[in-house]
Amino acid sequence: MFRQTEIINQPSTIPPSKEEGEYLTINVGPQHPATHGVLHLVITLSGETIINIEPHLGYIHRSIEKMCESLSYRQFIYVTSRMDYLSSHINNHACALVVEKGLQVEVPQRAQYIRVIMDELTRIASHSLWWGAMAMDLGAFTPFFHAFREREAINEIMEETCGARLTMNYMVPGGVMVDLHPNFQQKTKALIQAYYNRLDEWDELVTGNIIFQNRMKGVGMLSAENAISYGCTGPVARGSGVSCDVRKIYPYEIYNQLQFDEILETGCDSLARYNVRLKEIRQSLKIVEQLIDNIPEGEFQAKTKAVLKLPKGEFYQRVETARGELGVYIVSEGGTTPYRIKFRSPGFSNLSALNHMVKGSKIGDLIAAMGTLDLVIPDIDR
Amino acid sequence: MISLEKIATLIDGWLHQHFNDVITLLIECVLVGVGAIALFALLGLGLVWMERKVAALMQIRMGPNRVGPKGIFQTSADTLKLIMKEGLTPDGADKLLFNLAPVLVIIVAMLILAPIAFAKNFQIWDINIGVLYVSAVSSMSVIGILMAGWSSGNKYALLGAMRSGAQIVSYELSAGISVLTIVVLTGSLQISEIVQSQQTGWWIFKGHIPAIIAFVIFIIAATAETNRAPFDLAEAESELTAGFHTEYSGMKFALFFLAEYINIFIVCAIGATLFLGGWMPLHIGNVQAFNHAMDYIPSSIWFLGKTLFLIFVIMWFRWTFPRLRVDQLLNLEWKYLLPISLVNLLVMTVIAILGWHL
Amino acid sequence: MFIKNYIKEVFGAVKSLWTGMRMTGYYFTHKKEVITEQYPDNRATLQLAERFRGEVVMPHDENNQHACTGCSACEIACPNATIKIINKFDILPDGKKKKAIDKFVYHLELCTMCGLCVEACPTSAIKMANTFEHSVYDRRQLTKTLNQPGSKIREGVE
Repeated sequence: MFRQTEIINQPSTIPPSKEEGEYLTINVGPQHPATHGVLHLVITLSGETIINIEPHLGYIHRSIEKMCESLSYRQFIYVTSRMDYLSSHINNHACALVVEKGLQVEVPQRAQYIRVIMDELTRIASHSLWWGAMAMDLGAFTPFFHAFREREAINEIMEETCGARLTMNYMVPGGVMVDLHPNFQQKTKALIQAYYNRLDEWDELVTGNIIFQNRMKGVGMLSAENAISYGCTGPVARGSGVSCDVRKIYPYEIYNQLQFDEILETGCDSLARYNVRLKEIRQSLKIVEQLIDNIPEGEFQAKTKAVLKLPKGEFYQRVETARGELGVYIVSEGGTTPYRIKFRSPGFSNLSALNHMVKGSKIGDLIAAMGTLDLVIPDIDR
Repeated sequence: MISLEKIATLIDGWLHQHFNDVITLLIECVLVGVGAIALFALLGLGLVWMERKVAALMQIRMGPNRVGPKGIFQTSADTLKLIMKEGLTPDGADKLLFNLAPVLVIIVAMLILAPIAFAKNFQIWDINIGVLYVSAVSSMSVIGILMAGWSSGNKYALLGAMRSGAQIVSYELSAGISVLTIVVLTGSLQISEIVQSQQTGWWIFKGHIPAIIAFVIFIIAATAETNRAPFDLAEAESELTAGFHTEYSGMKFALFFLAEYINIFIVCAIGATLFLGGWMPLHIGNVQAFNHAMDYIPSSIWFLGKTLFLIFVIMWFRWTFPRLRVDQLLNLEWKYLLPISLVNLLVMTVIAILGWHL
Repeated sequence: MFIKNYIKEVFGAVKSLWTGMRMTGYYFTHKKEVITEQYPDNRATLQLAERFRGEVVMPHDENNQHACTGCSACEIACPNATIKIINKFDILPDGKKKKAIDKFVYHLELCTMCGLCVEACPTSAIKMANTFEHSVYDRRQLTKTLNQPGSKIREGVE
């Protein structure tokens, strides 16, 4: 009991001030417009300059890992939509893949194509929303609404095929839940065409803007070595020139048959991360373009037993979500529920680099740097 | 034709008939005060509604459309809500300063109203140092903001107030210098004379390129002085939640909100007076028919139209641009706007001495 | 040279700002781009995706018959204990007992609309409806009995 109090009362990592009243400590969050959720940052300031940042987590901890351990292998997938809610398809995909790995089920070609298309559409939607939120963090409100319009088109397609807009639960072990809607192909093709024009509009509205460029250039520097040592993945690491795209390095499903580039920028700053994401949208559009006309006919779901039981052992699968590398690790004792399940979420590692990135810069830079991390708080906390 | 000038002389004449001079003056003071407050309320409601509509259309939305036709009473309903809310004063706040700050801000906004010419010969006070008076009084509003930030006892508010202080003090310079370029041309600080000097053409047309540069700098500086995006660092909602008025609620918050819009109106009115000819109609050279047609539009409409156009431009800025960082804000002022406007003033002086502007 | 760069910088900046303003100006002047839907007013013309998972329903045909055998597969498949099936035993004319549902209790307040129950159902007795206006003033109204009173299982469904 006493020990616990001691630990709580321990002085945190705030450097000792030279004189009393040298530093100002402010709490950004848990309710704050820039944290996009219930992230709590304790910031030590000297004037406007940031001395130290300490993220406090746990405000939205729902113990998803523990919950998953009490659910069967079919059931636990739906919970994972609630982790990184902006790339729920990809989360579900990772879980379906790891269960399939354990069951040694061959997923039909059609299901694989559908899954990859859905993943990429999700990535586009997630990056679009991020783009809007990023501009809003920097004080421009209009792009946010434009981003939502673009995302809405994707949501509509999702709604038609998967039956939900955010928490789809479309991937099941062995394939996908239902077949594609008859309108899917036509609507997606129209969407891709429109999207290329929209991306040009975005460049005009935000990317080229001199204020925006100045806010992002040289802000939140994260060198390649540090990106690796903090375990950053996804666009955050790729903005520092670290090649880490799981789709390229550990291809799953049909990614090794697809033509697309891994986007690498060497700017190491917020602008580089921003450019990575915008270019990734174009790559994702390219992937969907390749697949949409060539979806093979056939089953959309492999035959699986009614009650799934993974053999005894450990299973791991990584996928590339919109935010980085998501790992799903399952320890099975041979029963119908996982013995232990662990998610390696990209947001958590990316957030850990924040202090390093913005130390010594202004409050405005904190917002610009934090925005490019693309934090989804439920993904960090789970 | 009914004009504001005629109404004013009519009232003045009627009062002089019935009362002696002192009482007439007193009654007129009261009338002006009531008129100013009424104008404030109307402007506040109207401009907030306009801002919301402009923002909505730029953001592919509809904007307010439920209360009244086209949502025109939405802002009145919002104000009613704010009036009924509790005017909370935080425990840690400096009570006197905390309650004084919004009043101070609104009084300053009210004071600047005095020398503005709303229509032909319709002015509260045609002071002979009108432009100087405006720039002097407008710099006082920063005191209100600093007071609000300091007395709130909130760190966000303090940071916002400090930013606002640095910002307004520096941008006052380039605003003042761009105003000076016009004063150099007219040779007078009196608002009515400045307007009169633009009878043959507005300064933005007559003053060659330096006048256009001065106009652009004035608009930028005005945006910054009124704490509007992209210079809304004092509020910076994604950084400081709400900046200096974080702790304010209810009517006290509404006063800050109102003062912001009144200030926009006033700086735009000044801009319209100095560069766009105030209430002066648009005249093109010797095209008599056109000039006569323009004269038929009442001068108050001209003034209001020009001011609203400038307000629209400032709103357009707000809904397009991201916010600057605090050091970039000061860089922009000291490295770009101030040197440019100084050189511009020099060029303008040469033009004025050589008489090229006539 | 310094002056040239300086002026170039200023002009580049102004141009980039103007590009953005042109974009917002376009949207300001083109009212047809507005995408707002006036939701409660446009209820009559609202287009909902037919697959949208709004709530679980049990379709009954014109003879007030459904296809639920009371096998509890959905109850097992549900991750949130949303479905509770209460079975009864009908006595058939030949004296045999036959299992049938008495009540198919559905807790809408617990449901996450994952659709796993519909997947699990062997007789397609339940499906997801695309209704979405579920708010009520009393929480008890969210606990629903899906089989209609007096309904029977359809002939031939095993």
